[in-house]
Amino acid sequence: MSNNSTPLLEMKGVEKHFGGVRAIDRFDLRIMPRDIYGLIGPNGAGKTTIFNTITGIYQADEGQILFEGKDITKIKPHEAAALGIARTFQNIRLFENLSVKMNVIIACNMHNRYSVAEAILRLPRYRKVTKAIEERAIGFLESVGLADKADDIAGSLPYGHQRKLEIARAMATDPKLLLLDEPAAGMNEEESLELVDFLKKLHHDNPITILMIEHHMDVVSRLCEQCTVLDFGRTLAQGTVEEVKQNESVVAAYLGGEL
Amino acid sequence: MINSFYEGVIVTCCVNIIAVLGMSVLTGFTRLFSFGNAGFMAIGAYTAAICSVQFHLPFALSIICGAVAAGIVAYLLGSLTIRLRGDYFLISCLGFGECVRVLFLYLRDITGGATGYTGIPFRTTWVVALVCAIAAFIIAWNLIHSRYGQAFSAIRENEVAAAANGIDVVKYKKMSFVFSAIFAGWAGGLYAHYLRHITPVLFNLPKSCELVITTVLGGLGSLTGSVLATLVVQLLPEFFRKFSEYRMLAYGIAVVLVILLRPAGLMGYKEFPDLFKKSGKKKSTGGA
Repeated sequence: MSNNSTPLLEMKGVEKHFGGVRAIDRFDLRIMPRDIYGLIGPNGAGKTTIFNTITGIYQADEGQILFEGKDITKIKPHEAAALGIARTFQNIRLFENLSVKMNVIIACNMHNRYSVAEAILRLPRYRKVTKAIEERAIGFLESVGLADKADDIAGSLPYGHQRKLEIARAMATDPKLLLLDEPAAGMNEEESLELVDFLKKLHHDNPITILMIEHHMDVVSRLCEQCTVLDFGRTLAQGTVEEVKQNESVVAAYLGGEL
Repeated sequence: MINSFYEGVIVTCCVNIIAVLGMSVLTGFTRLFSFGNAGFMAIGAYTAAICSVQFHLPFALSIICGAVAAGIVAYLLGSLTIRLRGDYFLISCLGFGECVRVLFLYLRDITGGATGYTGIPFRTTWVVALVCAIAAFIIAWNLIHSRYGQAFSAIRENEVAAAANGIDVVKYKKMSFVFSAIFAGWAGGLYAHYLRHITPVLFNLPKSCELVITTVLGGLGSLTGSVLATLVVQLLPEFFRKFSEYRMLAYGIAVVLVILLRPAGLMGYKEFPDLFKKSGKKKSTGGA
């Protein structure tokens, strides 16, 4: 399926309106398997809205979204997850009162099949699956360096760890496409650099494609080969990070005097 | 072997434990509030009673019929209302509970109307009630600690994140609702076979409120807390008979105090055994 001629994700002329506001306007996107793709733009440019239409939280008003060539425009959020689209959220959404481990276990459960009767009677398959899932969850926690915090309450973790836990949870659904909504938000330069290394390793170790929204240009230029710049729902520029940085309208709209 | 006063106390406690456990799964773990579960108790009670009296079904089968009937009604109702947001869902349940009560009041030919349904054989001895309560606890406990209960907890914690992690929110909410109704129906059926005479007024709005209040007092997200709270709520009035008229007043005050002083309830996200763990503070439950 993932040969290099079919994009993993393709958006064609996608529009989303809220009342009179065009949150996204005729948006096109092609992401090839194994890409790390950046989505940048000022606040309110419609980046998160794009994530929400991909994951089925919003339904696009116009246009088409294809995932591995399959139309997913009208998909529901849990179906998107089942197809292999995982995401994190701009303002972290953990299961706060549950343990760190349980946050990941719940995501692992997506591929976990035993019936209600097996659960209530605790039949062998239930025990076997439960044990396997728990080990798997610990594995994901180890990969983000949170294994020693497995029994802590998720909401009690420091901010940076919460971000990592959210990524671990997303990875636990075994995704093909990982959507990261401002993973470096609220991080200082040192923490951002650490995040870049972490994401590089994550991408290297797993057969995933990453689409990320990010404000920190240094993070984007270190990670992404390609990116799209948005402003007021419209696409200003698309191309490699270097090309985009040269683009005049981009400089005017977003990067301003920084370059 | 045991005098009728104590038998009455035990049966009442056990019946309420079953209904409250259902409530606990729905409210404590899935964060759906229903002020209509007395309606499901009524459906279970009347269905089981009619099965016993009219159709001479064996006791166990009558109880199962009552529980299943409540579950089916919850499934149908849930298909209509489960997508409603929190308070609207709550109101729809409240309306449903009252509808059931009034319906049973008017279906005089079937239910006996306000005078009640009589001639139900006495089958729910204290042993039966106790066995049922223990079975109900084990079922609820195992469900809550399985992927199903974990999905309920995920929905309680964050619906959007739950959906993003592959949980079909509508499906699991409906499942939780049906589960609570089955438990309520089970409790109702047992109660009918203890009282031998049931009237719609037994299953009125204050009864629904009592179930919710007990769950909140026990602590959301704690099954053992629910059991503990049921014992408190049921036993205190029994031993202070003189003041039993004031029980609703006492519930009201208790809820206000709990919400002000200890919003998590008696147990709040902890199960009884967690209290004895060394690192108790950091442990979580709610589906651990």
